[in-house]
Amino acid sequence: MVNNTIATNAIWKILETVKDPEVPVLSVVDLGVIRAVELEEQQVRVTITPTYTGCPAMDMISMHIKMALNAAGYQTTIQTILSPAWTTDWMTENGKQQLKAYGIAPPIGKSFDQTYLDNLIVPCPQCNSTHTVLVSQFGSTACKALYKCEECKEPFDYFKCH
Amino acid sequence: MATMKNEIDFLLHLADNALIIGHRNSEWCGHGPILEQDIAITNIALDYIGQARNFYQHAAQLINQHPTDITINQTGNNMVLPATEDSLAYLRDVREFKNLLITEIPNGDWAYTTLRLYLLSEFELQLFTQLLQHTDAQVAAIAEKSIKEVSYHVKWSQDWVLRLGDGTEESKQRMQVAIEAIWAYTGELFIQPDYATAACLNYAAIQAAWNKKVSAVFEEAGLNIPSKTFVQKGGPDGMHTEHLGYILAEMQYLQRAYPNSEW
Repeated sequence: MVNNTIATNAIWKILETVKDPEVPVLSVVDLGVIRAVELEEQQVRVTITPTYTGCPAMDMISMHIKMALNAAGYQTTIQTILSPAWTTDWMTENGKQQLKAYGIAPPIGKSFDQTYLDNLIVPCPQCNSTHTVLVSQFGSTACKALYKCEECKEPFDYFKCH
Repeated sequence: MATMKNEIDFLLHLADNALIIGHRNSEWCGHGPILEQDIAITNIALDYIGQARNFYQHAAQLINQHPTDITINQTGNNMVLPATEDSLAYLRDVREFKNLLITEIPNGDWAYTTLRLYLLSEFELQLFTQLLQHTDAQVAAIAEKSIKEVSYHVKWSQDWVLRLGDGTEESKQRMQVAIEAIWAYTGELFIQPDYATAACLNYAAIQAAWNKKVSAVFEEAGLNIPSKTFVQKGGPDGMHTEHLGYILAEMQYLQRAYPNSEW
């Protein structure tokens, strides 16, 4: 059992090297899409959940997970589950910091109520000003909204609470 | 196994709704009034195609588990087996599609498109909330997933109804014209299809909640609800407007002309 735990930890380490193709600073672990890792002999079963149902990056993420684990010598199957539905609450603190450093404002608030749909103040990831305005609820991808900073005049993406 | 056939038909109804409204919204790609809104509606279209895939995949799984219950459809054609998400989207004919008529009518102008999306997504929010109690755990899971996306669709489209309704004289007039044109297609939302037999469904409650929310938004936007009560109906039973055939011709041509082609 102890060996199995060590081996499973090794797999999580490998998964941390697999990045979201749309947001390359976020690993799939930081993103919170990995729901379970099970290991039997050299067979790994990774359970993932999609961020958005139509997200075109999900197929690529599955493929990259398989490639990374195969390269490390594991036979891998990927299972997709929908429930419980993915939420930005599962994004790690590290992931949120990485996002901000990359210029994307990380999700604000928790998903349990829907207050995030109204009157949200999103600080600019560039200059931290709260003097920002929403340009569009949907930015370069479905998971992001487009904002503009009135202080530094830069547009920026906001990773929506979901 | 009448209940299984009902569940499959209901899943196809939900999948067809998502596929057709997704297709309509995607027609705006490259034609939006400004770049940011072009991107927004295209992302919404993508959400819908994702939802359609989830419903089709589950329907296909159930069809393949119970092939004798479903192979003869309403028009007497044989369904292609084994069913896949692609065969259900690309190889069924117009009379087999069960989508609501409101999803297939043409886009019109921006007021028309955003209003239609608003009226539909308020309905979906209520419907999917009821489906959380569905006895089939996968249906409940798809509903749970979809609600998160639909919440943003409601927010976005509602903002446009308010902005145009409470905007300039022309934007207000366009929104009111859109309401007059689309209103006849809203009654169908609340007619429970014969195959919608899941115990969690209560269409009267959906209608009451929808009326309340839509009335409040219209009032805030200074828009009038039409007094006309004529209802266009038939979509969930396969009786469509002339527009759906054109959508399917465009969508299905490639798969029918070159079966199993991929890109």
